[in-house]
Amino acid sequence: MPDAAAYERGFRGAILDPGTQTPAGLASAFGGIPTKRFDVYRNNVTVSLTKALADIFPAVCRIVGEERFADLARLFVRENPPKSPLLFRYGENFAAFIEAFAPAATMPYLADVARLEHAWLSAYHAADAAPLSPGALSAIAPDKLPQARFAKHPAAALVRSQYAAVTIFNANRDEQERRRINAGVPENGLITRPEFEVRLAPISGGDTAFLHALFAGKTLAEAAEAAVAADTGFDLSAAIGMMLSSGAFKAVDVKR
Amino acid sequence: MSTRTIVSAAYVAGAVAAALSTATLVTATDAVAQAKDKCYGISMAGKNDCAAGPGTTCAGTSSVDYQGNAWTYVEAGTCMDIDLPDGRMGSLEPLERDLPA
Amino acid sequence: MNHHVSTVNAPRRFPRFTIDGLSGASFKPEHFEAISKDGAFDGFLEVHAENYMGDGGPPHRQLTVMRERFPLSLHGVCMSIGGQGELDADHLARFAALVHRYEPALVSEHLAWSTHDDVFLNDLLPLPYTSETLERVCAHIDQVQEAIGRPLLLENPSTYLLFEESTYSETDFLEEVTERTGCGLLLDVNNVFVSATNHGTSAMDYLAQFPLERIGEIHLAGHAEQDDGEGHVLLIDSHDGPVADPVWKLYEIVIGQCGPVPTLVEWDNDIPGWPVLKSEAAAARSIMDRHASSFMLGRRHA
Repeated sequence: MPDAAAYERGFRGAILDPGTQTPAGLASAFGGIPTKRFDVYRNNVTVSLTKALADIFPAVCRIVGEERFADLARLFVRENPPKSPLLFRYGENFAAFIEAFAPAATMPYLADVARLEHAWLSAYHAADAAPLSPGALSAIAPDKLPQARFAKHPAAALVRSQYAAVTIFNANRDEQERRRINAGVPENGLITRPEFEVRLAPISGGDTAFLHALFAGKTLAEAAEAAVAADTGFDLSAAIGMMLSSGAFKAVDVKR
Repeated sequence: MSTRTIVSAAYVAGAVAAALSTATLVTATDAVAQAKDKCYGISMAGKNDCAAGPGTTCAGTSSVDYQGNAWTYVEAGTCMDIDLPDGRMGSLEPLERDLPA
Repeated sequence: MNHHVSTVNAPRRFPRFTIDGLSGASFKPEHFEAISKDGAFDGFLEVHAENYMGDGGPPHRQLTVMRERFPLSLHGVCMSIGGQGELDADHLARFAALVHRYEPALVSEHLAWSTHDDVFLNDLLPLPYTSETLERVCAHIDQVQEAIGRPLLLENPSTYLLFEESTYSETDFLEEVTERTGCGLLLDVNNVFVSATNHGTSAMDYLAQFPLERIGEIHLAGHAEQDDGEGHVLLIDSHDGPVADPVWKLYEIVIGQCGPVPTLVEWDNDIPGWPVLKSEAAAARSIMDRHASSFMLGRRHA
């Protein structure tokens, strides 16, 4: 059967490209070429994926407006149709698409807001794990603490931004009053989900370097050094408090 | 291959001890207990902070996307409330490149 | 981890509710609170499997709570059973894991495709009905049933156009599939009405040809009316409103013929408050209850 799937290729080629003709071999019971009937499928695919992106990126949608978002999403969908039926993972490269999209150059914070939103939804669906408890830390002998390494909680993620991405995200994810935001304040965001509630907190440059090193498997001492190098005002004791209160880790380990 | 340490073992141990002894230490589990009913318990209908993201659909849609290739400049959304350091207010601009026909 | 769970004597984690004679509604996360507080709802809930294929978090937490209280129907949307390529092994494994984990009363999928090569088109796309596609669909259903260790219900689609190369009617195709694979059928009465209208045929004729004895579940839903640009009504299976009157009439005829069958009212777009979904489900239940007494006398198999 050389061409058993010809109709699938026809659909696949035409469904996201309104410039192409209705594939051959399709019919209407009433005769003629079923152009508008095929367009129902085009429409279903485009609208459902656009809506999926609006559900993943509600803040981006609110920032640019629904109409403009639909235009942006449609272009993205045509160039990047999903590769998985798990739609909550779709749009991983939407932030990169925004960054490369010339008309969005005047909104340089937009890609980082999209990064936060994608990380937010990944955290929502991430595996369950109990956050690291203070007891696990206090059980470690003081002389072993510098060599301690930490296992990242499945939901935890860091997003760095040169812009006020966290403030912009928060202002556009709930229905609060509109207010002026200075986008020029750099903000890094830590996303966690200790149990069933996703949280996003802005964190300092020192804390970011600290967590980044720990997420990469560095020891507590190495992470503290990286943090001090990034920020001379880094407070290790406060950062350890933040490690425990945020739920960014699930376990600690000291190699014998 | 010893690395020069600016962070001493005593400093690390002291910082951990200080963090653990702080009366104000809030663990992630405590924080969760305070917000126990949010989202999964008694849900926050319509609140985006608990939005589950996209669901699959086995339905078609009755709303029509006009499938246009046009990118027209329209001011919309909340972008006009966000100031950039150089005084620009960032809203989307007309598209310069050609769109796929 | 769960490889051994599919044996008959495996311990069950959830109550074994009966779903016979019940009606149900789609479970939407925004209704979690309302359903949790609703002590009067005595139907079943249906979820789309794909929305619970994440690793953890609130979706699984909510579904676990719902499954403790209600019979569950697990409805797959993206298996691409009608596709000509291989089934996605990862997706099938995730689907089977959900069946084992949540012990649903019903498990169903669609006679449609959505994935070609590695692109997922997020719609239930139609296929021609030929001996080649029949073999492919049957092989896929065998594979799914093998993976889940139980029969699948296959749903008839809503379609908007026809294929010149089709050599089977949809009902003959479905009958052939059930005979070859042993699967059951999910009769979507709204899809029957939508397709019949779109192709200028009779919904009653379709039902007369349909292998009603294989039905394990019924779907009802709302549709939207447009036109095909050539002066003919084109119905869209939009699931964005109440069930239409002619669909209720067809449903009553099917129930009169088959007796009570677990019936779900779907509503996926412009989703209203829980009381609206619940009342649609109650309407289906009252139709079943009206016909139940005659079937208690054994007329169903007479």
